[in-house]
Amino acid sequence: MPRLLALVALGLAIVSVAAGCSGRPRDAVAGIDAATPIELLNVSYDPTRELYRDINQVFARHYAEVHGRAVDIKQSHAASGSQARAVIDGLEADVVTLAVWPDVEAVTKAGLVRSDWEKRFDNQSVPYHSVVVFVVRKSNPKGIKDWPDLVKGDVSIITPNPKTSGNGKYSFLAAWGSVLATGGGEDDAKAFVTDLYRRTPVLDTGARAATATFSQKGIGDVHLTFENEAHLEVAESGGELEIVYPPRSIRVDPPVAVVDTNVDKKGTRHAAEAYLGFLYSPEGRAIIAKHHYRPWGENPPPPAVGEAWPAIVAFDISLLGGWEAATPKFFGEGGVFDAIYQPNGG
Amino acid sequence: MIAFAIDSLPLTVPPTASGRDGGRRRRRPAVLPGFATSAAITSIVVLSLIVFPLAVLVLRAASLGPGGFLAAAWTPRARAAYAVSLGASLIAAVLSSVLGLVVAWVLARIRFPGRRLLDALVDIPLALPTAVAGLVYSSLYVPKGWLGQWLVPLGIKGAYSYLGIVLVLVFVSLPFAIRVVQPVIESLDRDTEEAARILGASRLQTFLRVVLPGILPAFVTGFALSLARALGEYGSVVFISGNMPFKTEIAPVLIVSRLEEFAYAEATTVAVLLLAMSLTLLIVVNTLQQRLARNAQ
Repeated sequence: MPRLLALVALGLAIVSVAAGCSGRPRDAVAGIDAATPIELLNVSYDPTRELYRDINQVFARHYAEVHGRAVDIKQSHAASGSQARAVIDGLEADVVTLAVWPDVEAVTKAGLVRSDWEKRFDNQSVPYHSVVVFVVRKSNPKGIKDWPDLVKGDVSIITPNPKTSGNGKYSFLAAWGSVLATGGGEDDAKAFVTDLYRRTPVLDTGARAATATFSQKGIGDVHLTFENEAHLEVAESGGELEIVYPPRSIRVDPPVAVVDTNVDKKGTRHAAEAYLGFLYSPEGRAIIAKHHYRPWGENPPPPAVGEAWPAIVAFDISLLGGWEAATPKFFGEGGVFDAIYQPNGG
Repeated sequence: MIAFAIDSLPLTVPPTASGRDGGRRRRRPAVLPGFATSAAITSIVVLSLIVFPLAVLVLRAASLGPGGFLAAAWTPRARAAYAVSLGASLIAAVLSSVLGLVVAWVLARIRFPGRRLLDALVDIPLALPTAVAGLVYSSLYVPKGWLGQWLVPLGIKGAYSYLGIVLVLVFVSLPFAIRVVQPVIESLDRDTEEAARILGASRLQTFLRVVLPGILPAFVTGFALSLARALGEYGSVVFISGNMPFKTEIAPVLIVSRLEEFAYAEATTVAVLLLAMSLTLLIVVNTLQQRLARNAQ
């Protein structure tokens, strides 16, 4: 028996030593040797994969030219909310580039990002925008042009679950805001979104799954999604799908932030700040536009030579009371979205 | 004479089918040395990999207090989701274990060309990322899919429906049902079956009185494993169920919804309750299995 106890103790000791090793601080390793590249980790959400692949390449070249140091940028992509949770739980991100404001705010509340993050980069730290648009089947058989057309006849709609998807949240808010922006009241907005979600046969948990449901499986007449995602979807459909720009929609504001705690620990602040600053530079803006995100600022570069950004009247989250009020009101437990699905309820 | 023979026929069960109870009588020196070492390793593995994470889960949920726990985990929508999760898993486990028995019997008893290939294919669902299974199944059964274009006009909706959930759950749990029963069938003593036949038992009698008692404990184990596998499944289901609240939304989707609100404790309450239900079901099935194994001996 003593032998057994000793072995258990030994085992526990090994486990705790192993745990200790993984928690060891990696302070300032990157700041010392000029030959070793600075490593940055950009924790982002799903649809930005291709965008940041391009950005990283050009930025690394740019940073080496200006500051004489090599930068090696790793990117991580998943649903925005789960990425925020990963950073909160200890994923050592140098920067976060997430889909929605509440996700960055959650990282801030965990004490990893200083509370003035919105003031550190232009435009409340939102370097590019998108808008929610419609993707419809070839030659738009249901004649969908504007938001009210979504609830006419037997139109069926594909959009992901707003409780689990940032893309879904924006589509919901766009629908709600479209009623307010045209003079409707809260009750009208509620009636509209209730009708809209009654016509949604599938609630996928993420944006890309909803895209597959609409484009690959042929379910639904219209897919609500971000402009940049819509371009990818239409390009891959081989002429089977087209984009419709409603007259007005919500402006999508994906914010970026330096994760202060992590960059100070790793000594990567300079490179991390330069990286996010690069998104506002002419080079950065050109790459952003190429991926069909609308760069912030005057005279945004076009997505391609000779191609203009389609005009759309965009309202933002402030029309719906700002994120802090809107998130619990619409998507919290027992909120407006839940009420749509209550049996015998609103 | 013949009737007597059948009634008193000893239900010989091969060693592999005798279940865990077979080891109890052993008190001679163990073949492998180092009981202390292996016991220590076992307890460390079980504690650190299973008990510890589950304890953290329960503690997080407990931080809400009983009132908060119920408010988070026992809403009408959550109850509907548990019903979908448990109901679809039970149906899938029944289908898997019955189909699994048939497939295992054929693979174990009948020699035909391509048997080895078929045997290898059985394990595919274990290796395939289940999200892929969900995507493939749903694209087959949608109205424009290869199967859906024939089935949907007949009123059979295999995608974005309850049926869809059952289909993918059978897919992910079938290998367990097959692999548990197959070696037992292989080790059945065919002489006993022949003896029963020679002594005048009908085919059905032979199956019910000779073959079935030997297989039954493994069959129930296969059912339990299939059930456990189905209850834990998430990846494939979210792609085929449509996730409609009160209809096809499974409990894990609620967990993800609450996590999205950064409501960790609330999310864990749903997990804990689902876990408790699964554990109860598995204990019931395991007790049944042990009783059957004892009877078989």
